[in-house]
Amino acid sequence: MFPNQFAYHRPTSVEEAVGLLQADPEAKILAGGHSLMPAMKLRLAAPSALVDLNRIDGLRGVSVNGGVRIGAMTTYRQLIDSAELRQRLPVVGEAAENVGDQQVQSRGTLGGSLAHADPASDFTAVMLALGGEVTAVGTGGQRTISADDLFVDLLTTSLQPDEVITEISIAALSGTIGAAYEKHRHPASGYAVVGVAAMLTLGADGTCQSARIAVTGATSKATRATAAEQALIGQLLEAETIGRAAAAVPQGLELNGDLYASEAYRSHLLTVYGRRVIQRAVERVRG
Amino acid sequence: MAETLTAPAKVAVRMTVNGTVYAAEVEPRLLLVHFLRDNLGLTGTHVACDTSQCGSCVVYLNGDSIKSCTLLAVQADGGQVTTIEGLAKEGTYDPVQQGFWEEHGLQCGYCTPGMIMSSHALLQRNPNPTEAEIRHALDGNLCRCTGYQNIVRAVQHAAGQIGGGGSTPQAASASSSQNA
Repeated sequence: MFPNQFAYHRPTSVEEAVGLLQADPEAKILAGGHSLMPAMKLRLAAPSALVDLNRIDGLRGVSVNGGVRIGAMTTYRQLIDSAELRQRLPVVGEAAENVGDQQVQSRGTLGGSLAHADPASDFTAVMLALGGEVTAVGTGGQRTISADDLFVDLLTTSLQPDEVITEISIAALSGTIGAAYEKHRHPASGYAVVGVAAMLTLGADGTCQSARIAVTGATSKATRATAAEQALIGQLLEAETIGRAAAAVPQGLELNGDLYASEAYRSHLLTVYGRRVIQRAVERVRG
Repeated sequence: MAETLTAPAKVAVRMTVNGTVYAAEVEPRLLLVHFLRDNLGLTGTHVACDTSQCGSCVVYLNGDSIKSCTLLAVQADGGQVTTIEGLAKEGTYDPVQQGFWEEHGLQCGYCTPGMIMSSHALLQRNPNPTEAEIRHALDGNLCRCTGYQNIVRAVQHAAGQIGGGGSTPQAASASSSQNA
């Protein structure tokens, strides 16, 4: 199989990439290409042109300085290999280790994953839980979009067609944080049948100060599980509280069902994986 | 300035494959795997699923283990590619190839080049993998004969030969290659 004909552009700056996208509304950005290229080979996507971001300097790398900044073209492999991330925010490398397979990890990028907004991708939920935001550059200039505002619907984000994500950032987090992500991996595709990400912070009195819990795979877009969050905030994180929060993860969510996993099964999986990640986040926050 | 390449005109690519520099004019949509097989005649890299799931087409690009069916040849422009044909050195099998030979890590053999390339990439990163780590690393490689037990043994055999002492000479050259 091979894709339709297209023009290939290899810009060397973000500005040039934005210009190319503006000039051709049917053009698509090529980042890691591991969602786009399979879609093009199946002719599910037939863009008139590809704007390949891989030769633009400065879009790759991780810096941890209070907060965390990750270049949009940073690959999963680079996230896995970042010693700074492993120390400050191990959930990122752990999640990357379970994306696809080692070849996907070599090429797939964080920015590409967020911009594609696959309903079963891993980092949509992870970024929602971590309260991340993306920096996007377009003809209208530069802006930041919080993960909460980025995912609009199935494969749909609030990015404009001529906007390029350049960076993902996670603000400096005060106090002790604990974060975890786990998924029920589809045995064939490796995508999340359901995935749950959680980030908790503790107050000085040992109660949960903030909780962000997000799910993927279960709904048409990655979504916060607000009922579960509310069950944790202000509480001492004991087994009973964790159980109550886990049971609340599916609450209020419009769940998908398919041949592999019905809505009811996904709901059950959300409570199981919810309990696991909240438990792990609690263990982490307590050090 | 960037190069702007317009379809359907063919575009120039130049890459080093197994130590030899190749230059050609290709369509932008030509996949790397077809460039290797059809243009260069390096048919050791296989195409099986063609949907980025089976790993039969795994090669190294600039030291990274990649699926050559999911990358355009133009994306490898200026790069260093190592295929299954490039693993053996002066007629001597790489330890991973030897491991597949010793442990009979194959049945029909169709998935074997990809299995060997993925296993090689694993041992680059982790010379002493556990069985679970081997299975995780080969998650992107499918054997439809289901010969996984011997494949895992083959990788363990290779790890034993390498002895956790580091990379093989070919592997070192793959990982130190540069992106032009």
